[in-house]
Amino acid sequence: MEAASTLARRTRSYAGRNALLAALRRAGPWLLIAALAALPIIYAVHDLTSGYQTGFAHGHAQSTHDLTYFATNVVNGISNGTIWALVAIGYTLVYGIIELINFAHGDVFMIGSLSAAGFWASIGLGLATGPLGLVLGLLLTLIVSMLTCGSLNVLIERVGYRPLRSAPKLAPLITAVGFSFILQNVGLVWAGGSPQGVSDLIHQNETVVQISGVVIRRADVLAIGVTVPLVFLLTWFVGRTRPGRAMRATAQDPEAARLMGINVDTTISLTFLIGGMLAGAAGLVYALYETTIWYFQGFEAGLIAFTAAVMGGIGNIRGAVLGGLIIGVIQQISDARIGPQWTPAIVFGFLILILVLRPRGLLGEETREAG
Amino acid sequence: MNELLAQFREWRGALQRTLPSWSGRAAAVALLIGGAALPFFFSDASNFVNKEVVVLAYVVFALGLNIVVGFAGLLDLGYVAFFALGAYTLGWFGSDFFFKAHLHVLVSSYAGSVPGIHLNFLLILVCAALITASAGALIGLPTLRLRGDYIAIVTLAFGEIIRVFAINGSSIKVAGMPVTAGVLGISGIDAPYEPGIGTFNELNVKPWYWTIYALVLLTLFVNVRVRDSRLGRAWIALREDEVAAVSMGIPLVRTKLYAYSLGAAFGGISGAFLGAYSTLVSPDQFQFGFSIFVLAMVIVGGLGSIWGVVLGALLLANINYYLIPDVLNSLPGDFGLNFSLTDLNVAIFGFLLVLVMVLRPQGLIPERRRKLELTGGIGETELEEPGTGWTGVEPGETSR
Repeated sequence: MEAASTLARRTRSYAGRNALLAALRRAGPWLLIAALAALPIIYAVHDLTSGYQTGFAHGHAQSTHDLTYFATNVVNGISNGTIWALVAIGYTLVYGIIELINFAHGDVFMIGSLSAAGFWASIGLGLATGPLGLVLGLLLTLIVSMLTCGSLNVLIERVGYRPLRSAPKLAPLITAVGFSFILQNVGLVWAGGSPQGVSDLIHQNETVVQISGVVIRRADVLAIGVTVPLVFLLTWFVGRTRPGRAMRATAQDPEAARLMGINVDTTISLTFLIGGMLAGAAGLVYALYETTIWYFQGFEAGLIAFTAAVMGGIGNIRGAVLGGLIIGVIQQISDARIGPQWTPAIVFGFLILILVLRPRGLLGEETREAG
Repeated sequence: MNELLAQFREWRGALQRTLPSWSGRAAAVALLIGGAALPFFFSDASNFVNKEVVVLAYVVFALGLNIVVGFAGLLDLGYVAFFALGAYTLGWFGSDFFFKAHLHVLVSSYAGSVPGIHLNFLLILVCAALITASAGALIGLPTLRLRGDYIAIVTLAFGEIIRVFAINGSSIKVAGMPVTAGVLGISGIDAPYEPGIGTFNELNVKPWYWTIYALVLLTLFVNVRVRDSRLGRAWIALREDEVAAVSMGIPLVRTKLYAYSLGAAFGGISGAFLGAYSTLVSPDQFQFGFSIFVLAMVIVGGLGSIWGVVLGALLLANINYYLIPDVLNSLPGDFGLNFSLTDLNVAIFGFLLVLVMVLRPQGLIPERRRKLELTGGIGETELEEPGTGWTGVEPGETSR
């Protein structure tokens, strides 16, 4: 009798919980949209109604009521986000294919920045270089830093991850941490322990165009101009070519891919090569964009980019790009409005919110483990 | 390699047969007494004992993380959050930080004369355990619907959020008092006051050592007992196959939250202890790298294996805090080389991590259950080694 009533009570409580979960699931997409749109809408409305301070005149603070400041935030956020997107793709490719959080990836990106800055200094690029020389020199630097990072990433995979293919899942995670430490130390010895300025080759802060008050800087053009072709090239490569198909097949099921005659090890090396090359490109863009480099930048960028990859749905290239852009915009809005000291907490708060509402990330599919 | 291992196993078997049956227990007791007596061989302010205190605090910490990652299989990359909360509990309840409050419970006469909240150190440890346990459950809640590495990133996010709040807490006011002391950190921490084991200060590290030694023993006891309990088996079942475990009637939410809470409690205790030992609670200590460092201890030692984790923590913490900075530092100079090893200690540590993992991916002392899984058919191995079945108690482990 007592048992029966306990059972009834339990069933009722489960039913209640299930109803709650179902309601959450149904409201999920809307809550997600509301969460993502919250910051932009709040500050857009704030700018239109209360205005923002644009300067001092006659001893009074002047304020303006339009969306120029807000649009500037968004543009800066997008251009900054493209750098995170490039790094995030590296995380997402590697995770998609061997389910490893490649902690060393951010530091590969850092090595990309250092090698780019070192290389352009050694071929004599400086503030006095003419435009043609600059473009050619930077293209050469781009190729060099991409190749450096790509081969470095392949080397790390060969030494640290391939021997652990059949090991427990967390073992390669620790070798990744080990390589991250090693690379950080390399960066520390190479470039010193504090942020270093590099020559502002492209005069990143100069205006290219001004669209109704919104300034597009050279840095924005550079970041978007490098990222967009690379992302298109990558989607074409993964989607349309034979090696790209091999990558997708290996990501879906390595064993079956091997049975179909795909060389799984080569495919995984190729994935690391591509991820590393994108990190190298991001490293060059970062050095030109921020005009400072230091050994710890990789750690910070790695954390942000990994967050971006997870936010977009890890294993999904478009998701990584989307996540990078969203985080870039959140960061800019938060830096400008709330205060840079709170930015990491806000970015991670958004991440938790998005994952609670959509456990697979924005564009994520079921991963092998979860499926 | 395999032949070598087989030979080694044979020797070990032969040794076990020749030694009397109580030899394992005797060795355990000797080790226990040896550990407790260690400070007697060194001076009061010995640097070695000083470093060992920190190392033992890491053992407590790693054992706590092992509950979450090793037993329950929930990859937690934000474990530093509990270290931070434990340390701040100490800062709040054991210093003059809340100088508007006046509360003194069983403290030394000096601390009793200072404004602020001053609780006895043991009480603070209990508070830290309670606060971090509730925080652990709270942080665990959003991860319940997530799987695998998504849990990792959410816990990581919480760790970073707590660090940001620790840095900016000086601008958050509760009842007119800031919550943290910002980047400066909370200083002026009371020295623990426990009459009977001596005065706690930086010139006398022995009482610190015995306190943390007792805490390590307590943690070990709890770990072993919980692992072999119904709850421990539920964790392992969830780790191995969530769907199967839930269909067998294991309450998913409660079991997972218990793992987070219990693991977090040990993190809090360790954090409060290290806060008191360094007499400073500052946000610098709560970097993401710290979580990774402790995770490395757990994995290098052997995920889920209590004695492996103890070994991993002793090894890595000693390498990082004692061996590289204090012992090996003069090495290049001795060989006439003109560089300091401190410039490279991060790389050396990283290199060691890579080396250990590549050579021994299952960890130094792998959990028996995992070892069976890795070496193929579970049934076969059981047949090969009669008497080492699924009791949940590893014979080699309990006798040590």
